[in-house]
Amino acid sequence: MTALDVPAVPAVSARRRRVRVTPAFYYTVAKASVVTQFQYRAANYFYMVGMVTEPVVYLVVWTTVARAQGGSVGGITPGELAAYYIVWTLVRNMNIVLTPYAWEERIREGRMSGELLRPVHPIHYDIAFFAGWKVPVILMWLPIGGLLALLFHPSTDVRPLEVAVFAVAIWGAYLIRTMFMWVLGLLTFWTTRVSAIFEAWFTAELLLSGRLVPMSLMPDWVRSVAMFTPFPSSFGFPIESLVGSRSTGELLRGLAVQGLWIAVGAGVVSLTWRFAVRRYSAVGN
Amino acid sequence: MARVPRRPGRRSRARGIAVAWTYLRLAVLVEIQYRVNLVVQLLQSAVEVGTALAVLALVFSHTGELGGWSRDELLVVLGLHVLLGGLVATFVQPNMTRLMTDVREGTLDFALLKPVDTQLLVSCREVNVWQLADVVIGAVIAGTGVARVGAVDAVDALAFTAAVCCGVVLVYCTWLVVTTGAFWMVRMDSVTELFDGLYQAGRWPVTIYPGWLRVGLTVLVPLAFAVTVPAQALTGRLTGVTLGVAAGFTAVVVVVTRWWWGRGIRRYDGASA
Repeated sequence: MTALDVPAVPAVSARRRRVRVTPAFYYTVAKASVVTQFQYRAANYFYMVGMVTEPVVYLVVWTTVARAQGGSVGGITPGELAAYYIVWTLVRNMNIVLTPYAWEERIREGRMSGELLRPVHPIHYDIAFFAGWKVPVILMWLPIGGLLALLFHPSTDVRPLEVAVFAVAIWGAYLIRTMFMWVLGLLTFWTTRVSAIFEAWFTAELLLSGRLVPMSLMPDWVRSVAMFTPFPSSFGFPIESLVGSRSTGELLRGLAVQGLWIAVGAGVVSLTWRFAVRRYSAVGN
Repeated sequence: MARVPRRPGRRSRARGIAVAWTYLRLAVLVEIQYRVNLVVQLLQSAVEVGTALAVLALVFSHTGELGGWSRDELLVVLGLHVLLGGLVATFVQPNMTRLMTDVREGTLDFALLKPVDTQLLVSCREVNVWQLADVVIGAVIAGTGVARVGAVDAVDALAFTAAVCCGVVLVYCTWLVVTTGAFWMVRMDSVTELFDGLYQAGRWPVTIYPGWLRVGLTVLVPLAFAVTVPAQALTGRLTGVTLGVAAGFTAVVVVVTRWWWGRGIRRYDGASA
């Protein structure tokens, strides 16, 4: 693949331990990913359509509750719920990154050996690859979002600033999730019975991120707990930046919190990576 | 160990059932070697059921009833959903996954060569016995719900038994119909994933869904008959007409599945084995 021949180690920097990651590296890997994923259109589509069940179920349940309560639940009308869960489907797709379960395979099959030989930190490859994948995903999402809008009549008024913040926030969410999924995946270097930890994490994420239900419908104590986790920044915040009615200050503060979590995640990744990689020993190729 | 009847004069159906029974026993024996898996399974079930109960609590912190169903009645629905999902994961799903692999790799030859009904054989080669944990947990939840809703009389219990039998058969048939598609399209994994996602919708009574979706969840994925109708029987809202429709629909689906399976198997030409 062309991704491999990007920054061949230049002779001058022999003293430097690591090659600087260039935009060209990102561009090449992402482009290869776009081309690859367009080949698997049908499989990608089945996957995306299957994913729509989850928000539709939530939407129907909460719409039923809102109707029974005389038109709104916690101040949210069925139209606003529809808007929330339709944008949900796009944010959910942006949230798809390398699953921590993939680390088991990487380690078991000795594939890390090849990755370690590369002159750049392997996380750059993952970030670029999945970022490229998002291009076909966003394109294929458009008809799904349109169809859902026809079926469920969302209502929201969107300011240009909200669109701009949303466009940034979905990528912030993508980076946050990449970092924390990487840290989870790295646990595989210490133990192979990781599925219980992963499942606990995913459950916490489901309840605290706004994936299950808009955070304003959660009890107060759940919201306070969630504030100290990266979860709302990677799910609820991007959705509500577009469909909610937040002030400019709140929107910018949300982006800043995202930046903070990306930084924290990157710090934990680099620290964990340093210890994890020492535990790696390849069997086979 | 396999006590396949040796007498040649016996009817082939009886022999088929004996063979199936041996296969089932063998599959269970293989699986119970891995006892740590029970702990893993229990943890996973606990997390899943705990989440479902939390969602139920959250919904009912905002409302007193959901589409005419009370909280305890929804416990019955949730319990039956978990129970049925456990049955599928124990007996149906592993067999269908293996069937798909066999078709792709041409190893279905070995099943076809045996002198018993192939549909019977491919449906009982694998048992994921630890998933029975979900059956137990689901039964406990549903039982709790029933106890809190109030008395269930003998007629309700009978109707429930009939409805559950229809539901189990329907779910098995749907899985087999989807899997039989593997004879035409080699890659069916994403389709089963889609089906799995749709099954999650059955956690709530199908009556709350908008019309077009309710039709889909009744005809395409038989969630209405598999979960909602048995739950109706236990909460005293099942009419004879609904039960009759469920039984009739099941009979039709069984016949169609048998025919479809026959067509699929004729398409098969062992690529290599």
